[in-house]
Amino acid sequence: MSTVIEESVPGAGPGAGGVPLQLSNIRKQFGGVVAIERFDLELRAGEIVALVGDNGAGKSTLVKIISGVYQPSEGELRMHGRPVSFRDASDARRQGVEVVYQDLALVDSQPVYMNMFLGRELTRGPLRLLDRRRMARETQELVDRLDVRIPSAKATIRELSGGQRQAVAICRATHWASSLVLMDEPTAALGVAETAKVEELIMRLRERGAAVLVVSHNLDQVFRIADRVTVLRRGRHIGTRDIAATTRNEIVSMITGA
Amino acid sequence: MTQADAALKARSGPRLRGFNWREYVVYIGFVVVFLFFAVTQGANGFLTTTNLTNIVIQTAPITVMAVGLVFVLSAGEIDLSIGSVVALSALIAAVTLRATDNMLYGAAAGLGAGALVGLVNGLFVTLVRLPSFLVTLATMGAVAGLAREVTGLQSVPVANDAFLSLFGQGDVFGIPGLVVWSIAAVVVGYVVLRQTRYGAHTLAVGDNIGAARVSGIKVARVKIMVLMGSAMCAALAGLLYAGRLQGARYTLGEADLMTVIAAVIVGGTSLFGGKGSIVGALLGSLLMGMLNNGLILAGLSVSQQMMARGAIILIAVSLSLREKRS
Ligand SMILES: Nc1ncnc2c1ncn2[C@@H]1O[C@H](COP(=O)(O)OP(=O)(O)OP(=O)(O)O)[C@@H](O)[C@H]1O
Ligand SMILES: [Mg+2]
Repeated sequence: MSTVIEESVPGAGPGAGGVPLQLSNIRKQFGGVVAIERFDLELRAGEIVALVGDNGAGKSTLVKIISGVYQPSEGELRMHGRPVSFRDASDARRQGVEVVYQDLALVDSQPVYMNMFLGRELTRGPLRLLDRRRMARETQELVDRLDVRIPSAKATIRELSGGQRQAVAICRATHWASSLVLMDEPTAALGVAETAKVEELIMRLRERGAAVLVVSHNLDQVFRIADRVTVLRRGRHIGTRDIAATTRNEIVSMITGA
Repeated sequence: MTQADAALKARSGPRLRGFNWREYVVYIGFVVVFLFFAVTQGANGFLTTTNLTNIVIQTAPITVMAVGLVFVLSAGEIDLSIGSVVALSALIAAVTLRATDNMLYGAAAGLGAGALVGLVNGLFVTLVRLPSFLVTLATMGAVAGLAREVTGLQSVPVANDAFLSLFGQGDVFGIPGLVVWSIAAVVVGYVVLRQTRYGAHTLAVGDNIGAARVSGIKVARVKIMVLMGSAMCAALAGLLYAGRLQGARYTLGEADLMTVIAAVIVGGTSLFGGKGSIVGALLGSLLMGMLNNGLILAGLSVSQQMMARGAIILIAVSLSLREKRS
């Protein structure tokens, strides 16, 4: 019985197993302020959904609800068909939600490999000492495979550029992601080349069958990488469109309400 | 060897980012101060083996406390109560020894008192969410009062031979016991900070607490642990004083807080969290010990020593503390 469930969970097949995340009727209130009114979305395996909206529309709030930072005031989250609730961010991460935060969440004074394994460090021997060699090697392998240009897996985060840091954060999500990755403005502070690199990493995640939710203010980017786009306006869920079946103008008017 | 191994080797060669001399302030300072006193106080016996050994012996309590404080600062907190804990632990151990004449009870009582103070500090920092600066400032005063209260300002002699031999006068294969305690504290501190998950989590909490939290690191537990560790190191320092001086008094450790903080900062540990060096703290402590010793040999009065030490510490700390301003 349990094996059947476990086998069907990460699968991309039909049925609930292929829906890493399902949000229904999500509502979030801070005191008297309603940040999210009512939000419904289904994220399927192997697709990128862009979440767009003006400043203060509620995008980060929604990401924080899915990643366990906030609890929804109302509504239901399901992962692979099963209802879930998260006590906090690390609980969500344990249950398979990987997040690339707007403010990075890297530890500056530590090497890349320690960040890759932050909170899940590998140890060896009866004294459970850190297995730095293995962490460095696995990180280097991953970085090489994803063709991320950093000096070394042993480089300190402080020595890296903004783009390199973002790439490290995404590598980390890639490494641990089982089926669902959330990204809050992953390219907000990046130059053209770095943005292209990060977009490539996001598309690789899709190839691997992950469901990706990307918050972005950049409509060019949305149309470049996303399969669907969903719009928030002042906490209201305006709608979701297939990229192939919509236009920039339609999305802009959904965002602005004009 | 895999390809990744080779790539790692090839790419992690020497860093050519320019010599960051601030990281080496403690080494440079150590050598400079040593040479200075060797030249000026050599005739007064600074360079004799006895004197140099004495420096290490007298510095042992500072070294032990410095190791504990490295963890606290690495986690982005501070512990101002350590000086008071020294006196409390020494007195409680001495009183317990007087009552029971049992070395284990005495040591356990002293260390237990330290653990308790550390726990109180930790709970106020994590549950009440007060800054550790305020919490430990308050407990510093309260614990100092308690230490005075325990014996009503009386000093208590220690006559238990086992205790004196373990914490003061004994030796291991000819190495003075206090030197062994210093080495042990440094080795344990180094391994825990560099080679365990707890050490990595401590540094992560001090570096980016949000990242630590979302990565599943138990931030509150880390903070309680570092504060308990530091208080227990201070308690151990109290035992070492009681062992060496064969007694305890409420003034023990009174002047140590500044010395320990200076030793740790000069040793390259960041006052803002995320970076800690145990070896640096050891050298910083020895530097402070050398300074004490040299100034006494130079014939400065106690008040002059205090001023000189303050000035030198200020210089050393400003040389090593430039990181966050760049
Ligand atoms: N912790 C909070 N307490 C109270 N109100 C909050 C809180 N977090 C967010 N809000 C409010 O909820 C609304 C949505 O904020 P949110 O950060 O989700 O916007 P956003 O879409 O991510 O904006 P941006 O594009 O600027 O990042 C805003 O009105 C904000 O003031
Ligand atoms: Mg936002």
